[in-house]
Amino acid sequence: MNKEGKEIVWGEYQKEIAPDNYYYARSCIRQNFFPGSEETFLKIVGAILGKDIYDDPHQTTCTGIAYHSDIIPMETTMTVVARQFSLMNDSGYKNFIPSCVTSFGIYTEMIEAWEHFPETLERTKQQLKSATGRTFSLPENLVHTSDIIYKYKEAILEKAKFKLINKQTGKPLRVVEHIGCHYAKIFPAKGVGGAEFPSVLSGMIETWGGEVIDYPERRHCCGFGFRNYVVKENRGYPLSNTKRKFDSMEPFKPDFIVANCPGCTFFLDRWQYVIAEMEGKTYGEDGFGIPVLTYEEMAGLVLGLDPWEMGMQLHQVGVESLLNKIGINYCSFDKYKGANGEDIGMPEKPNILKC
Amino acid sequence: MATLLEQLKTDIRFLEGLKACINCGTCTAICPAAQFYDYDPRQIADTVQNGNELEIEALLKSDTIWYCGECLSCKTRCPRGNTPGYIIQSLRHLSQETGYFTFSGRGRQQLQVKRLVGDNMLKYGYCVYIDEIDTTEHPEQGPVWDWFRQNTDTILQKLGANYKGNGAGTLRKISETDLDELRKIFTETGAMERFENIENKFHSNE
Ligand code: SF4
Ligand code: SF4
Repeated sequence: MNKEGKEIVWGEYQKEIAPDNYYYARSCIRQNFFPGSEETFLKIVGAILGKDIYDDPHQTTCTGIAYHSDIIPMETTMTVVARQFSLMNDSGYKNFIPSCVTSFGIYTEMIEAWEHFPETLERTKQQLKSATGRTFSLPENLVHTSDIIYKYKEAILEKAKFKLINKQTGKPLRVVEHIGCHYAKIFPAKGVGGAEFPSVLSGMIETWGGEVIDYPERRHCCGFGFRNYVVKENRGYPLSNTKRKFDSMEPFKPDFIVANCPGCTFFLDRWQYVIAEMEGKTYGEDGFGIPVLTYEEMAGLVLGLDPWEMGMQLHQVGVESLLNKIGINYCSFDKYKGANGEDIGMPEKPNILKC
Repeated sequence: MATLLEQLKTDIRFLEGLKACINCGTCTAICPAAQFYDYDPRQIADTVQNGNELEIEALLKSDTIWYCGECLSCKTRCPRGNTPGYIIQSLRHLSQETGYFTFSGRGRQQLQVKRLVGDNMLKYGYCVYIDEIDTTEHPEQGPVWDWFRQNTDTILQKLGANYKGNGAGTLRKISETDLDELRKIFTETGAMERFENIENKFHSNE
C-alpha cells in the first residue's frame, strides 16, 4: 500500500481528543492505590501544559467495580453515569475525561446502550429526575485521561528534562506497555489505534525515546476479573493471569512496565511481590522486580518531577533501578519522609523480593 | 409466568450479547477465564441459544456463570458480533433475581462482594476505600501498604491529596448531600432491593 493509502487507513484508527477544557472524573482505585498519579495528572495538564481542567468535589464512584461484579442492576449504573454527566453540565464543561479505564468503558457502554435502546435513555432520565431532581446531557467529547497525555506527548517532549534512554549505554530503554482491556477491547473505535494497534502508550514511549517490547502475551488481560479479585479465595485467577504475562515478557528483559489502567498497574506491581514471596521467583535484575509505572509517573519522570512527590514510594516493587538508568538524581532519604520532612520509618523489607 | 429465556430477553445485555452463535470457539480461545477455570464461553452462548429451560436453569444454579472475568476480550473477537461476557451479565442478573445464585458456592460469594464493594459505595461514595483495606484480607498489598496505612495522613499530604477533607482533591470526603443523591439513585433503580435480596436470600439458605 502506498504511503497515502496507509495514512487514510491509519486515520480510521484515530479518534478525536478535545484540546482543552476538561471535566476530570476520578478513579476510586487510583485515588487509593496510586494517589500521587491523579495529582500528577492535574499538575501536568494544568500547571505544565496550561490547560483548563476541573476537579469536581461532587462526583462519586461510577459503580464500575460493582457493575462488573454484578451486585447492582444496569439501571443503577446508567443513572449514576447520568448524574456524573449532570454534574459536568452544572460546571459548564463538555469534555469528560475519566481517569479509570473501567470507568471509561462504563461511560462508553452506557452511552451506546442509550443509543441502541432509546427507551433506556428515557427511563434513565426519569429515574435521575425522580431520585435527584436532575437533568443531564451527554458530553461532546469522552476520552480516557491517557489519551490527553498521548495527545500532548510532543509538547511534553519539548519540556523534557530526561528521555527514556539508558544514560550509561545511550540505548533506548526497553518498555512493556499494558493497556487495560476496557480501553479498546469493548469499543475498538474509542481507543487510539483500536483494538488491533493500540498506540496510546507506545506512542508516548517512542516519542520520549524508549523502545516498545512486543511479546507473545502483550494483549492478554491482567486478570483483574472484578469478583475474581474482590473475593479472596478467587485471587488465584488474577495472579495466574498476570504471571502468564511476566513469564512471557521475561526473556525480553524489560527495563520497566507502564500501564494505563488502575487495576492492571496494581496487579503488575503487587503480584511480583507475591510470586517472589511464594515461589522465590523474581523478574527483574539481581533479585529485584521490574518497576511498574502509571503513564503519569512515566511522563512526570520525563518532565523532571520528583519521584517521591509523585508517590512512587508506594509501589511494592522498587523503582530505583529505573531512576538510575535514566540518570535521575533522587534522594533516598526523602523517599521515606512525611509531608514536613519528618522521619516516618520505612516499610518492612519483603523476605525475597529486593526493594 | 415468563420463562427464563423470556426473562433473559428483557435484559439489553442479552440482546446485545447474543446475535447468532456459530460455535466457532474463538471466544474460548481468547478467554482468560477459560484458560484458568473449567469454563467455556462458547458453551454458554450455545446453551442460551438452544433455549432449553432446564439447561438454562442449571446454568443459573451453577458455579460456571461466576467464573467470567468480564474483561470483554470476547467482544472484540467474536466473528458474529456476540459478546459472551454480556450474556454472562444477564445470566448473573437473572440468577440473583430468581435466587438461584444461592445454589452454588461461587454464586453465594455475591454476599461478600456486596458487603465489600456495595457497602463501601453507600458509606464513602468510593467503591474501594483505604480505611477498609488491610493486609490481613489483602496480603498481596505487601509491607508498603502497612507503612502507608500507618502514615496515611502525612504521606497523602505530601502527595497533595485532600484525605477526608472538604472540597475537591484525591480521597476527599464525599459530602452527605452527594452521598444522599447516590443512595437515592440506588433506591430508585433497584440496587438497594438487590442488596437486600442478596442478604436475605443468603440467610434463608443458611
Ligand atoms: S466467538 Fe462468537 S460465534 Fe464463536 S463460539 Fe464464541 S460466541 Fe459463538
Ligand atoms: S468477558 Fe468473560 S467470557 Fe469474555 S473473554 Fe473475558 S472472561 Fe472470557
